[in-house]
Amino acid sequence: MFKLLEPCCSKCWHSAEKRCPDVVYCALHGPQCHEDAACSALRKERKDRASGDLLECPVVHIGMGTCGMAAGAQAVYDAFLAEIAARNLSVDVMPVGCYGYCEKEVLIDIQLPGKPRVFYANVTPQLAKRLVEHVLIEGKCASDIALGWLGNDGVVMPEGSDLPRITDIPFFKPQLKIVLENCGLVDPDSLDSYIATNGFSALTKVLKKMKPEEVIAEVQASGLRGRGGAGFPTGKKWEFANKAKGDRKFIICNADEGDPGAFMDRSVLESDPYRVIEGLVIGAYAIGAHEGYIYIRAEYPLAVARLKRCIADAETAGLLGDNILGTGFDFHLKLKMGAGAFVCGEETALIASIEGSRGMPRPRPPFPANSGLWGCPTNINNVETLANITTIINRGGAWFAGIGTPGSKGTKVFALTGRINNTGLVEVPMGLPLREVIYEIGGGIPGGKRFKAVQLGGPSGGCVPESLLDTPVDYESIKGTGAIMGSGGMVVMDESTCMVDVARYFMSFVQGESCGKCIPCREGTKRMLEILERVAMVKPERNTDDQLRRFDGAMLLESLAHIVADTSLCGLGQTAPNPVLSTLKYFRDEYEAHLFDRKCPAGVCRGLLTYRIDTSKCTGCGLCAAKCPQGAILGEKRQAHFIVSERCISCDACRQVCNFGAVLAE
Amino acid sequence: MISTTEFASIARLDNGHKNREVDLAAVDEILDSYKPLAPHALIPILQDVQEHYGFLPEAALDRIGRALDISTTRIFGVATFYNQFRLHPLGKHVIRICRGTACHVKGSAALLDTLEMELNIKAGSTTKDGLFSIETVACIGACSIAPVAMVGDKFHGRLTVKDIPRLVKSLKREDAKGAAEKAVA
Amino acid sequence: MPTVDLTINGREITVEAGTTILQAARLAGFQIPTLCYLSGLSPTGACRVCVVEVEGARTLVPSCAFPVADGMVVRTHTARVRAARTAIVQLLLANHPQECLTCVRNGDCELQTLTRELNIREIPYQGERRLAPVDSSSPAIERDPEKCILCGRCVRVCQEIQNVGAISFTKRGFQSEVAPAYDRQLDITSCVNCGQCIIQCPTGALREHSSVRKVWEWLQDPNMHVVAQTAPAVRVGIGEMFGAAPGGIYTGQLVTALSNIGFDRVFDTNFAADLTIVEEATELVRRVKNNEPLPMITSCSPGWIKYCEHYYPDLIPHLSTCRSPHEMLGALIKSYYAEQYGIFPGNIAVVSIMPCTAKKFETERPELETNGFPSVDAVLTVREIARMIKTAGIDFLNLPPRDFDNPLGTSTGAADIFASTGGVMEAALRTAAFYLTGKELANVDFRDVRGLRGIKEATIKIGDMDVNVAVASGLANAKVLMDQIRKGESPYAFIEIMGCPGGCINGGGMPQGSNVETVRARMRAIYTIDQTKVYRRSHQNPAIRKLYEEYLGEPGSERAHHLLHTTYMARERS
Repeated sequence: MFKLLEPCCSKCWHSAEKRCPDVVYCALHGPQCHEDAACSALRKERKDRASGDLLECPVVHIGMGTCGMAAGAQAVYDAFLAEIAARNLSVDVMPVGCYGYCEKEVLIDIQLPGKPRVFYANVTPQLAKRLVEHVLIEGKCASDIALGWLGNDGVVMPEGSDLPRITDIPFFKPQLKIVLENCGLVDPDSLDSYIATNGFSALTKVLKKMKPEEVIAEVQASGLRGRGGAGFPTGKKWEFANKAKGDRKFIICNADEGDPGAFMDRSVLESDPYRVIEGLVIGAYAIGAHEGYIYIRAEYPLAVARLKRCIADAETAGLLGDNILGTGFDFHLKLKMGAGAFVCGEETALIASIEGSRGMPRPRPPFPANSGLWGCPTNINNVETLANITTIINRGGAWFAGIGTPGSKGTKVFALTGRINNTGLVEVPMGLPLREVIYEIGGGIPGGKRFKAVQLGGPSGGCVPESLLDTPVDYESIKGTGAIMGSGGMVVMDESTCMVDVARYFMSFVQGESCGKCIPCREGTKRMLEILERVAMVKPERNTDDQLRRFDGAMLLESLAHIVADTSLCGLGQTAPNPVLSTLKYFRDEYEAHLFDRKCPAGVCRGLLTYRIDTSKCTGCGLCAAKCPQGAILGEKRQAHFIVSERCISCDACRQVCNFGAVLAE
Repeated sequence: MISTTEFASIARLDNGHKNREVDLAAVDEILDSYKPLAPHALIPILQDVQEHYGFLPEAALDRIGRALDISTTRIFGVATFYNQFRLHPLGKHVIRICRGTACHVKGSAALLDTLEMELNIKAGSTTKDGLFSIETVACIGACSIAPVAMVGDKFHGRLTVKDIPRLVKSLKREDAKGAAEKAVA
Repeated sequence: MPTVDLTINGREITVEAGTTILQAARLAGFQIPTLCYLSGLSPTGACRVCVVEVEGARTLVPSCAFPVADGMVVRTHTARVRAARTAIVQLLLANHPQECLTCVRNGDCELQTLTRELNIREIPYQGERRLAPVDSSSPAIERDPEKCILCGRCVRVCQEIQNVGAISFTKRGFQSEVAPAYDRQLDITSCVNCGQCIIQCPTGALREHSSVRKVWEWLQDPNMHVVAQTAPAVRVGIGEMFGAAPGGIYTGQLVTALSNIGFDRVFDTNFAADLTIVEEATELVRRVKNNEPLPMITSCSPGWIKYCEHYYPDLIPHLSTCRSPHEMLGALIKSYYAEQYGIFPGNIAVVSIMPCTAKKFETERPELETNGFPSVDAVLTVREIARMIKTAGIDFLNLPPRDFDNPLGTSTGAADIFASTGGVMEAALRTAAFYLTGKELANVDFRDVRGLRGIKEATIKIGDMDVNVAVASGLANAKVLMDQIRKGESPYAFIEIMGCPGGCINGGGMPQGSNVETVRARMRAIYTIDQTKVYRRSHQNPAIRKLYEEYLGEPGSERAHHLLHTTYMARERS
């Protein structure tokens, strides 16, 4: 099953029962315990086959992560198989994870033996047929739909091809991939494929040559900070857990990625699960844990299935379980599925959830490092954090610390979405200005619209306005804008986005996800939401009392926001007011327009729109009148209709059904 | 005073009463697979039970409580805390509207409103005929084709409000066709 | 013990390491308000009312949950803190029914007090309120969810201390509730009616199902002969309802007050407590001699009994078949007393004044009827009777004391200590020793079974026999002993279990707002009464002897069984 770990000759004594600590090194660099050219060659050939450097037949890699699947990757995959079978070709079709350029999904790449991988964008089943003929049979490059190419040393595109390296196209050029380096390139289900990328060499190094304290020192030297949002130094966290007294310790990988608009962790787990597992085992060794969990959202079925399989395979291969790599280190990893509660991203809530309770946070101290899961010292790291560990061990903390800014080292992965040309998963070095992420990588705003803000940090974050777009991506700078680095959601908004509506959206989200334990979060976010709903006129005012409430509430909004931030029990509540506070700070004029002028400048808040019918376009079909729940639309058959504005509740039903664009909302 | 054997007959009696609604054999099987039972297995057990029944039957909660030696109320507290668990069966077609930020910015609130109006139910509930359920999800992660809805496990991307009635109609047509084919067969 | 130096409001103090800011502030004389805090259980930090400012901390911190640290600088009442507390209480009030004037807790509501102390004059937040109907299904406990502020004290008591879990937090966020599963009515859950949730409730969300109106009607009905009986714990608790310090003994005032209100007779449940000991000791001796199931477990606490029926139905044979004392007395009032005085039992209303809410449920058990009439017609908690006394305009604390009426008003010190955990055991041992050896004990104080520990064990030498006994109070502690029996590992011959932690002196019908100190004071009072009694062994009670001679015959006789013993039933758990 795992060809790379099989013995090369009778001198190699590694087996599942009797494990050789060098087995990963042998697989990557040839036999360590004896010198034999044949063995070395055999090992190299195996590795090259696993890495794709040595191909016997063409390979079609299809991005089949969730984003690819959403765009129809399954149909493309089926089409390739069918075409290949129909023509009796010898071609491998391999599902891979996400390469990050979601806008171009279905994204595939085709590698012919001895040639680089060529990426094709927006592939459909129809295009699959063409690609089979053109590329697989005729051996050409379909350059009109090709994005770029990727090859190892010495493998280049033939002269004359003006196809760029994929890493040179604008979307990828400013990126620096550490966490995502394998995503979309390796077969995520294959341990061999992972090992061939130098996988498990970091774990081998750690278990063979390093003391736990040395591992921690290396991570501290790297300057790595937690990628889950708060940015606590990972090395320090490990040190606390390492020093905590307890016979039983736990390490948990927090894969309960819940920010709406963030899917970094899912992508990594779908595309390169072993990297996270390896990082987790290294962390376990560093703090002295022999049991661990990956706590993952049940809403990520693909990642769950993949992790289940990978954990089982790693156990079989002796990379998890008792006596890992024959070094005597035991580590047992279990998968725990979250059941859908955003608050479980908070460490103590996550622990409560694993213990089988309602995921309600508890006050800290005691910190999980001292008293966590079942009262034992527990260390919790986010997926992206753990995905950095192997690189830090392999290339050294100093190398890692060379990337980024003085306070923020390494890279950060973002899910770039919203009103932007190139949506996708991007990894940039810390310190890159937001402007570059949005305009270079993201390709700017579609439809010639004007940029308004970029939302960072999801429900705990804030909106950064145009004037601050030169803010570099690092923890402190982003915090300075009122947003937070967060886990990596980056949602771009343009002039068609209403910032009051955005604040309301996030408040509604947080309010729905509040666990209900502490009063400021349970009651306070509800009142904040109601205030915002009144400002946005979600429900119509019926009388002067309602109007008064609308103004009264707006006056209270800011002070209530500060109280909720100052007194809530956990991070969810403490940061819940951020979207409101940051929009109040930068887009107060929009609030004022809603409140005083009763206008939504972006035309989003329907309660503030006035509906009327353009009599020149209305055919009198009567569809709108039939749909109107208020009976507010009157008119004779085949005559222009009109709306009685006193009765209209701005439900938008009429505008949606009108086939002639005759209903106007202003 | 009551003897132990008499108690056993009472226990059988009320089990019989609860069994009338759902067959709990599957719950017992699931419980068996988690032995030795401990309260921390509660959430995985509930997940498995829901996987099997499509929802969490009331009698199942009582049974699990007895097995784990925790009160049904505590289990109910857990089951109603997490979004994943439902206490009622879902409709035949489950339409999930993504309410992630990217989808919101691209107008998913209007999609949801339209769908709610079209089916005349609110998100989180099921039509009386048991055909449709509407759910919202925080983020499906298909932001590149926002706004997104999922019907079953099928994605529908770049939707506009006008697509919603069409989507519902096509699902109804599918059903009608299926029924007709069944009748012919 | 290592100590920590810190500054609170400019005052330097030294406290033990591990102390919370709240405890330290209290030691330093600063009062920090709390709502969800429950001494004895680990803090949940939920209500945030106790937040304080700690220098260097990013946000305000909950003082109930935050341990002190060396050099910590704490400010407990700064403008920032006051604003936060005010806003938090205002948020609560915005979601609270504005019906304080007619609420049962008007005047002793913690939320009301907090509102007053924070000088809150307006509720600026307006919007949706959680609406839910009152659940009056249970004869013992009423739930009014709209008044619930979700502090969780009841949930923790129900789950952690009582191991019942009839109520829990359900749903999430703004929709959160404290409720039984599926919003079932309380009477069909395995709630044991112990009322500990009521004791902990800061507002009127949990309260007893009141019988006050019914009792007033009987008192006004000239055809009804209304008889009161008062439990041992009531006399050491009722003073608190009138502002007296905990631990005061108000037996005589209570009798006078009841008489003044219009009860035709005031009997003492203590009489029946002595009777219980005689019957129970007889039963124990019989069980030991006849090889019947041991350990035998006491049956005075109806909360405990219902718990056993739900959770340990297989161990029902271990329960003593003795009715609880007030039910015994009720049975005697409707038979012995009625016959003696020629009153038709149907015209007698027996009102038990109890530290207990579970007894409200108990009186409705059909198996406890006497000759077709309920043995007890109504149960009033200490709080309810105090409200009646206030309504009657009686200056309780300054009443002249009076003795209980006869023939059912005489008792020994052994009966008084029923009020406290370990008391029934001690009283039973005093009598069992006599029954087994024929000799009176020289020393009747069994100190090993006294005190507030949850589980107490002792080996008692009776004659040449070593008798292992255990005492548990609070149902989670009971569970420990019951699991032992179920496994066949119980080393005991006799076990006393009280449903409420500490016993009846901390019963669900006692004054609210009690803490460990209050309970200790009540306990001291109880043992003081015992010390000062002429007789301290139940079997020496002359009235009891007379009762057996005139009416019951021997202890354990057929008539005694008919009137003083009962049966139990297995109940489903949910």
